[in-house]
Parts: sequence; C-alpha cells; structure tokens
Amino acid sequence: MEALKQELKGKIIEVLNLEDIAVEEINDNDALFGDGLGLDSIDALELIVLLDKDYGIKLTDPKAGKTIFQSVETMATYITDNRTK
Amino acid sequence: MVNGVKQFELEQASFSEFAKAAYKNFNMDYPKFFKMDNLSKLAFLASEIILGSKVKEGEENNIALVFANQSSSLDTDVKYQGSIADKENYFPSPAVFVYTLPNICIGEISIRHKLQSENAFFVFEDFNAEFMTNYADLLLATNKAEKVLCGWVEYYQENYKAILYMVEKQGDLEHNKEIVNTLYNK
Repeated sequence: MEALKQELKGKIIEVLNLEDIAVEEINDNDALFGDGLGLDSIDALELIVLLDKDYGIKLTDPKAGKTIFQSVETMATYITDNRTK
Repeated sequence: MVNGVKQFELEQASFSEFAKAAYKNFNMDYPKFFKMDNLSKLAFLASEIILGSKVKEGEENNIALVFANQSSSLDTDVKYQGSIADKENYFPSPAVFVYTLPNICIGEISIRHKLQSENAFFVFEDFNAEFMTNYADLLLATNKAEKVLCGWVEYYQENYKAILYMVEKQGDLEHNKEIVNTLYNK
C-alpha cells in the first residue's frame, strides 16, 4: 500500500503536469481538489483515465469519483480493492 | 525581444525547455502554465510580457485579443490523434483534447488577466497585415475595445514564432500594414 501511494503521487504529478510540486510535498490525506492540490475538473477526468490505463479500473458511476479522489489515501485504497492489472 | 531589445534567449533548447526557462526568468507565478499545450504556452509567454504593464488590477481592462497563425492547433491535434489511433490502446486525454482549438490560447490569456473583451483567432496561410490592421482599427473605431493586442502565434512541431503588438488610439507608431509588416519581419 505504501509503495502504491508513492507511485500514485508520482503519477499524479506527471499526468497532471504539477511542475512545482514534489512527491514528498503531497501528504497521503491531503485533499486533491479544493484547498489541497487545487485540481480542476479536467484533472478529475485525467485521473479517471489514469485508473483505466494503469490499473484497469473503469469508473461507471461518475459520482463515485468524489469519494475515490478525495486523497491519495482513498485512491490507493480503491485501487487496491478494484485493480485488474 | 520587446521593442527591439532582447529580453531573454536560450540556444539549442527544445521549445519545452525554452518555455520553462522563460517562465522562470520572468518570474511568472501561474502554475496552470505547465498544463497548457505548446501553442498556449507560446501565446501566454509573449502576451505576459506586454500585458504585464498594461493590465490594471481590479479594473475592467477592455483589451481585445486578435491572433492568427498558419497551423491552427494542428500540433496538439496530432498529439490527440495519437492517443486515439490504436483501438487496443485507446486512452484519449481530456487535458490534451481541450487544447484542440487554436483560440484556447486566447482563453488562457483572458482567464489570466480576467479579460472579458472581444477576441478572435484567424488561420491564414501567411501573416496578413492588411486584415489584422483593418480588424484592429474596426474594433477601436466602433468602441468595441480600448486597446487591441494583435499578433501571430504559430507553433507546429518545434517550429514556432510569436509576434505581438498592442494597438491603441494614442500609440507610439502609426498603425498601418507597412509598419505592422515591418514588426512581423524584424
């Protein structure tokens, strides 16, 4: 789980082009949207693509994203429970 | 270059390297810059240097944006096409897709400076000084804008050029196609 969280932080920075943020600056429970990393709606769509592409998870319920993408911690838990690759 | 004076240079660098270095050189504090496609980065960098001294914070800035280029958003279009070409590896990127129109770069500049002004993006084979001059004059004559930021922002696969100039009723130079052509060819 710890390795997955580190991996996710790196992927989030890379995929979302968060140029000025380093992996060590993202805490497991930091909010990804709003006051946390300040991600926007396009970033949310990119995270959905990330789940599909890298972990074989297709989100069928868009509302579920709100819970899944709360933080790196919630993402890692969801991926661990649902990944197909 | 601003008014003929060199501001920054970086030789033998990719556009990505150049853009990042220029952003840091001018101390631009706008993290969304790194999410933009190359055409928007080019237009953003060029416009920041001009608008930085023209835009007044907290006031309505009626500065129209009128840009043109040759390749439209083709560079990003090709990149997006690459993400949907393989049915076995079909992962279209929303963040790339949103830049598959050339006028998105105008939107980025407008968001940055809270401009709610007239804007247009034209695609021409070559820079059309007469058209640009007439269009800017019309915006000023009909009071659609107090100033017009005009120019050419072309980007396609590492070949790029940005020339921007501000047109206003009391400018430093006469506004005609000969002078505009001179600016473009400098």
